Amino acid sequence: MERISKETLLEKIKNEFDDKVIEVLDDGSYPLVLLKKEAIHSFCLYLKDKLNFIYLNDIFGTDRFTSEERFEVVYHLLSLRHRLRLFVKVRIEENDTELPTVTDIWKSANWNEREVYDMFGITFKGHPDLRRIFMPEDFEYYPLRKEFPLLGIPGSLELPNTTPEHD
Amino acid sequence: MMKPDMHLDSKKPTFFPKHQEALYKSLEDKHATVELDKSDPLATRMILNMGPQHPATHGVLRVLMELDGEIITKCRLDTGYLHRGIEKMAENKTYQEFMPYTDRMDYLSPYSNNVALCLAVERLASVDVPEKATYIRMICSELARISSHLLWLGTMIMDAGAISFFIWTFREREKIYDIFDEVAGHRFTVSHSRIGGVNNDLSPAAINKIKKFVQEFPAELASWHKLLDKNRIFIDRNEGVGSIGHEDAIDIGLAGPSLRATGIAYDVRTFDPYMFYADMDFEVPTRTEGDNLARYYCRMEEMAESVRIIEQCFDKMPEKGPIRLDNAKKSYPSKDEVYYSMEGLIHDFMMTDTGVCPPEGAEAYHAIEAPKGELGFYIQSDGTGHPWRLKIKSPSFSNLQGLETVLDGEMVADTVVIIGGLDPVMGDSDK
Repeated sequence: MERISKETLLEKIKNEFDDKVIEVLDDGSYPLVLLKKEAIHSFCLYLKDKLNFIYLNDIFGTDRFTSEERFEVVYHLLSLRHRLRLFVKVRIEENDTELPTVTDIWKSANWNEREVYDMFGITFKGHPDLRRIFMPEDFEYYPLRKEFPLLGIPGSLELPNTTPEHD
Repeated sequence: MMKPDMHLDSKKPTFFPKHQEALYKSLEDKHATVELDKSDPLATRMILNMGPQHPATHGVLRVLMELDGEIITKCRLDTGYLHRGIEKMAENKTYQEFMPYTDRMDYLSPYSNNVALCLAVERLASVDVPEKATYIRMICSELARISSHLLWLGTMIMDAGAISFFIWTFREREKIYDIFDEVAGHRFTVSHSRIGGVNNDLSPAAINKIKKFVQEFPAELASWHKLLDKNRIFIDRNEGVGSIGHEDAIDIGLAGPSLRATGIAYDVRTFDPYMFYADMDFEVPTRTEGDNLARYYCRMEEMAESVRIIEQCFDKMPEKGPIRLDNAKKSYPSKDEVYYSMEGLIHDFMMTDTGVCPPEGAEAYHAIEAPKGELGFYIQSDGTGHPWRLKIKSPSFSNLQGLETVLDGEMVADTVVIIGGLDPVMGDSDK
């Protein structure tokens, strides 16, 4: 199969998902596609099956505090055959923080989605094992949200009892 | 007889009870389609908890395994014991202030982490780096790769049972520490790179030390090959252990030498060349077996390639030239200016107080090939001197995720060798 260029890739994406793509940014380094939330699963499936984006490098969230659509989830994909890197971005509302999972497309999405859930409280529908990854399950806050203070919340984490118990 | 909730009843967790319960529950849910054999008269099924304070887990990794005799039927990893929230800290620091924190991510190759952050910020704020500074960065990044692989080699072989080897690799690491001491003034957490260049030029003594090391190291490497390549115990412990195919490796997202050991020649230095790697003549070592022995060969050959790259850097590096960008709005002024001119002092103060301010709304990603795989920084700027969001794509995180799959079906005695072979660093994974 022929190797396709960045321009061809973006052309193909625009043709196939014309009504779903909000914006395509290409600032010279890596292309970034801003996508409507509902299309993310079918778009990822298309990228993997038709355009050889078989390697999911990363998924991460961003808090756009005070902006209209508060959270952003960015998918970082690699096509080894075409030597291309692609960023796909979706924006979601503060009161509807659910996205479809992509673990059925790339198995490696598992931990990355757990990290997004842990840090931002964005849930992934259909994820096989959506637990917190860094913070303990007993923790009630989402630390990378902008309203979470840098110093943490006193008393939010139980500390081990260091003084021996006497009777 | 193994009842479904037996281990939950017998272990009443007292510390973070919800977290413990969720973890044990998740182990039960894994491969839920497999029908478990309920009759177990010899009680060979058990749950084994390893870590987080186990010395062979290379840090604070906790592995929860369900065993059938000596076979691991399934396992779960519990990470986060070294989570310091450095992405949150980054949002409250200037770009340059944040750099010492990157030293403490993958603490076995601090120089690579510094370079990765600087390259990302430089792309974000369109800062050019002088040629000589880039060569210094390349030389030191390759030294960091050798240093990191040396630690991997020593500890992995110690995990496989040979203690004395650890001392020999550490003797070589000590030389690299001495070099970094001479180059940056620190042995371990170097923080030598600066946005727009490096802190100081290589001194003649440092150049001599590096050249001497580069000259002597291949002989050392050859003697290690001689010891290990045909060593019966070493081969038996590693061959066919922790195997993974290339399709699975891609699917589960392995990174670095672990991915290349399955036959995928993905190396950021050739995939997406940064600095001057495009001009360098070097190979990307790959193997097709995908087991622990293949990872050993890949890393050993990588060390030899690093030596070649350092030699080429010395050939091409200009004798004289600036080591930092001469633009006080984007990079620290030189100390001569700071001490002897008013403007220099003001600029130095401004760089420390505010630092580089990339344009509002700018986003950039830059990845380097760190010793353990692709290390990338994705930075979103809001126009101030602090990043709005800084996301670290760390290779150990990807490799640890793969470990859950790699460990399935292995012998419990091989766990430590496999962890050693994948070479995770918890500071990198837990951020």
